[in-house]
Amino acid sequence: MKPYPHKKLTYNPSLTRNIGNKILTFTSAFFAAISVLPLLLVISYVLIKGGSYINFETLILEPEPPGDDLLSAGGIGPAITGTFIMSGIASIISIPVGVGGGIYLAEYSKSGRFAKFVRFGSNVLAGVPSIIAGVFIYAIIVSTKILFGSMFSGIAGGISLSILMLPTIIKTTDEALKLVPDNLRRAAFGVGASKFTMISNITLPAAFSSISTGILLALARAAGETAPLIFTALFSRYYITSFDDLFYEMGSLSVLIYNFALEPYESQNQLAWAASFILVVVLLSLNILSRWINTLGAFSKNKV
Amino acid sequence: MLLRVNKATTSKFLLRRRPTFEKLVDIGFKNFVFAMASMVAVVLFSIFAVVYYESTESISRYGLRFIFSSAWNPVTDEYGAFTAIYGTLFTSIASLLIAIPLGVGTAIFITENIIPKYIRDVIGIMVELLAAIPSVVLGLWAVFIMEPFIRPILRIVYKLFSFIPFFGTEPLGAGMMPAILILVVMILPIITSISKDSLNQVPSNLRQAAYGVGATRWTTIFTVIIPAAISGITGGVLLALGRAMGETMAVTMIIGNSNNFSWSIFAPSYTISSMLANQFGEADGSQVSSLMYAALILMVLTLMVNVFAQWIVKKLSLKYR
Repeated sequence: MKPYPHKKLTYNPSLTRNIGNKILTFTSAFFAAISVLPLLLVISYVLIKGGSYINFETLILEPEPPGDDLLSAGGIGPAITGTFIMSGIASIISIPVGVGGGIYLAEYSKSGRFAKFVRFGSNVLAGVPSIIAGVFIYAIIVSTKILFGSMFSGIAGGISLSILMLPTIIKTTDEALKLVPDNLRRAAFGVGASKFTMISNITLPAAFSSISTGILLALARAAGETAPLIFTALFSRYYITSFDDLFYEMGSLSVLIYNFALEPYESQNQLAWAASFILVVVLLSLNILSRWINTLGAFSKNKV
Repeated sequence: MLLRVNKATTSKFLLRRRPTFEKLVDIGFKNFVFAMASMVAVVLFSIFAVVYYESTESISRYGLRFIFSSAWNPVTDEYGAFTAIYGTLFTSIASLLIAIPLGVGTAIFITENIIPKYIRDVIGIMVELLAAIPSVVLGLWAVFIMEPFIRPILRIVYKLFSFIPFFGTEPLGAGMMPAILILVVMILPIITSISKDSLNQVPSNLRQAAYGVGATRWTTIFTVIIPAAISGITGGVLLALGRAMGETMAVTMIIGNSNNFSWSIFAPSYTISSMLANQFGEADGSQVSSLMYAALILMVLTLMVNVFAQWIVKKLSLKYR
């Protein structure tokens, strides 16, 4: 009895299953090409079109009111400082809260009911649309004038951005600390360290690079957000000159792009492209930096 | 048993109690991080409480009628969010239907060994960098580059199929279709990166077993790999749905912001978030309360999707452990 008398064991490309296989492989390659296409298009347009409007004056001048002067729209200087200031305020609030919360989840209450709830809650908070954060801050800070009588302010904008950063920071801190081997903790306790000493001298340094990756990613997301700012920080054409100016409207790159993209004037649109060039370059570098720090972390974990 | 030590050693190794200061720091730190962790709960609850409280006036006045009426008239104080709710659901689900095959297909392509690994890694990183581009920049690109480019194509579709109500109006710039396409661009990285992670986690034994019994690459993918990774993929898809429903800036810039209900996907429309972005700044009185009601509906929708996503990941992931 001959097994498989008519079938050869070599690969036969004309079989239906092999043809189908090839078609599906090409389809998936085609889908991958389509998925990469938007990034290439957006990046090239932003870099080429936006980059062509970048010069020294664009970077430092204040923007002109739309329609005033059809030839020049001024610059984006105040928006750049505004974005930095508001991201800074957001970081000042969300880093201690996020890292502290993550420490509690990972070090004090690994699987308690409260920890489970906080983990669930931060996942839910991560899913809350960014515009809701803006509406919330508008309702509790802007409309109540609770901040020394000021309404729209850079501080309110920074607080609303901090709500968006919080869940990412908590989650990455929690996960980074959970990856630190328990041996390190036992060793620290063994030589008589208190829990605070153990955390601050052993586990936090060991998890430092993963935590800073999370912070940078959260910062990159917050710096590009527009929706929470459009009715908390509003927009301003002027540089801030004193501390008090934090309590007044503040411009930002993202709101400048939104406002000026919808203006009918060509020079304002060009300013929006220039602003998106700066924003995209900063955010992509933050992202790449955070990836790089994360690879450093893998190295230091081996050392520990 | 007490250690018996002579006097000389006692003076050297005195049993040291922890100083009060150190104890206080320890307790204080624990309470501090507990308070920080509670902040998440506090923020989440107060967001719900504040949005609910601000919308009570509208809720008691319109009740469920708000969801089914598309009147939006600040002069007569008559509000209904049907157009916006329909727009939110339609744009997000339509963009999901386009993005799922693209995203999962890309994820399969970069987890299979079809082409060299470094090219696949580059594709993976590029898709993830797409997520780093702020939505307002995507909106700018959509308004000035994408929409003028696709308008002639949409025109052809309109000319051929205008008898179908979905294609019933002439594409004249901003509208629902460009908004759907830009949402696809925004949620593609989420679906791709989460699907990629869960496909990578499928044990290689399963794949080898399938190859061993003579399955081809794609038979293996469809009957073994995808079913094993389905929890992660579904979770990613649901997260993307939540993101698409809440997405504001790019959609606001390209959807046309009109409260007139239309079946056509070429006509200007509204989503809840674009309505908030457009009107919240200038609203007062009962309009604020109605906008808050719409915001509450948006929150409940995204909350349901996110909770369902977390539940399904937990439920399905038990299968292949």
